[in-house]
Amino acid sequence: MSTVTPLGPFQALQVLVLRNYITYRTEWKLFLTGFLEPVFYLFSIGIGVGQLVEGFEFNGEPISYAAFVAPGMLAVSAFNGALMDSTFNVFFKLKYDKLYDQMLATPLTTADIARGEITWGQLRGASYSAAFLLVMWAMGLIGSWWALLALPAALLIGFAFSAVCMALTTWMKSWQDFDKITLAQLPMFLFSATFFPLTVFPTWLQWVVEVTPLYRGVVLCRELTTGSITWASGVSVVYLVVMGLVGLAVVRRRLDSLLLT
Amino acid sequence: MATLTLGEAVGRQYDYWWTVYKRTWKASVVSSFVSPIFYVLAMGVLLGGFIAGDPDQLEGATSYLAFVVPGLVAAHAMQTAVSETTYPVMGMIKWQKIYDSMVATPLRIRDIVAAHLLFVLFRLATTCAVFMLALAPFGVFETWWGPLLAFLSQVLCGMAFASLVYGWSARLRSEAGFGVLFRLGIFPLFLFSGAFFPIANLGEAGAWAARLTPLWHGVNLSRMFCVDNVDWPLALVNTAVLVALLVVGWSWSVTGLTKRLVS
Repeated sequence: MSTVTPLGPFQALQVLVLRNYITYRTEWKLFLTGFLEPVFYLFSIGIGVGQLVEGFEFNGEPISYAAFVAPGMLAVSAFNGALMDSTFNVFFKLKYDKLYDQMLATPLTTADIARGEITWGQLRGASYSAAFLLVMWAMGLIGSWWALLALPAALLIGFAFSAVCMALTTWMKSWQDFDKITLAQLPMFLFSATFFPLTVFPTWLQWVVEVTPLYRGVVLCRELTTGSITWASGVSVVYLVVMGLVGLAVVRRRLDSLLLT
Repeated sequence: MATLTLGEAVGRQYDYWWTVYKRTWKASVVSSFVSPIFYVLAMGVLLGGFIAGDPDQLEGATSYLAFVVPGLVAAHAMQTAVSETTYPVMGMIKWQKIYDSMVATPLRIRDIVAAHLLFVLFRLATTCAVFMLALAPFGVFETWWGPLLAFLSQVLCGMAFASLVYGWSARLRSEAGFGVLFRLGIFPLFLFSGAFFPIANLGEAGAWAARLTPLWHGVNLSRMFCVDNVDWPLALVNTAVLVALLVVGWSWSVTGLTKRLVS
């Protein structure tokens, strides 16, 4: 009789990423067009609407409208990608495909599944973010070498939202529940200082926006591409790391109670 | 066998579509009403605060809010029409096979297409009307009759898209095509057909490319009527283009569904 040795966390991760890669290979059109979305936004809002706007001040420096919007689009793209991957896709696999049930019949654990799904989403997101940064660079919208760190920053945003949204998805009962995701996603997308600075809001509302996670991501990316790093940038990083880790812990516990009991 | 007139045949499908509406309208509240209002607030009111209301730059509008709102409603009509004629049409053909059971009755293909498109017309009319009424207090309308004509042009624009996309969905074998349509068709139209900024900002060539898109005709009509800056010959051209697309789309839909279900 042969014995099965359990997989280490890293081996498990490799297996899961490979599995997702194989199933996704036929969807290359969706993969390529996903990259175009933030670029279209940048051209339309940044350039088209940008000709109507004088430009803003950011951390005391004047900045063109396109340079203001572009890092916001980078953050939003990471945010949207993470949201789609970790809500619709995970819900489908959990409820209809029963994919995770099958995986747990193998030596994989719930923690492996959580880490594997999030890592896969991150790999996809990383390629979008890198391509977007190249577009920004080609358009002359990058003002500092700090911009190199905008790629890990985008990944951090993706990680934080993937973990939390995957956790939320475990509570969903039907597709109608996704309306609630849209209801949270759209205001965050439109009001997180992506298209205009926070100064348009009254002070109390500025405070509210400042504690929302996408705002931290948008500002972090903008600080990096313009090179105006401050101590507050560290706050954004810690915020997003903690959010991701908490999400990951919750996902693991929820998958345990959903699938192993 | 007794043959039904088009009117009778459509009337017989009334119960079916009314039931569909009763069961699904709640799910459409967020996408139909809440999301567009968020866009108006963010783009029109807040971003608009940074934009000078120069009628020369904004195609006759005296504020960015007045400029962007009519375009947004027309673009929203397009999105509503497309979402009603992509997955739902494929579902009726392929997954639920409801059309199959319909053609087993005295209904003919053109009756089925007409009833489905009338349902889309109803969805467009209610969505655009609510949207326009919600905007009235913002003070962006210049006359009382302009918004009414704008409303009709938004619905016409939506119907042109509905019939064209219907014909395409009737021929499509796999739903993967929808993702590509949304990302390479609908989404760029939404952003570059003059809804968010005057197409003059795209440069000479870009502006002409925008004029060739169907959505621009709807956006332009809707805006000219709302800001009371109507170029009547141009309005006639815009209307003619949209009506022509609607007619072409209708016959394309009927032949498409006939090929798929009957022959």
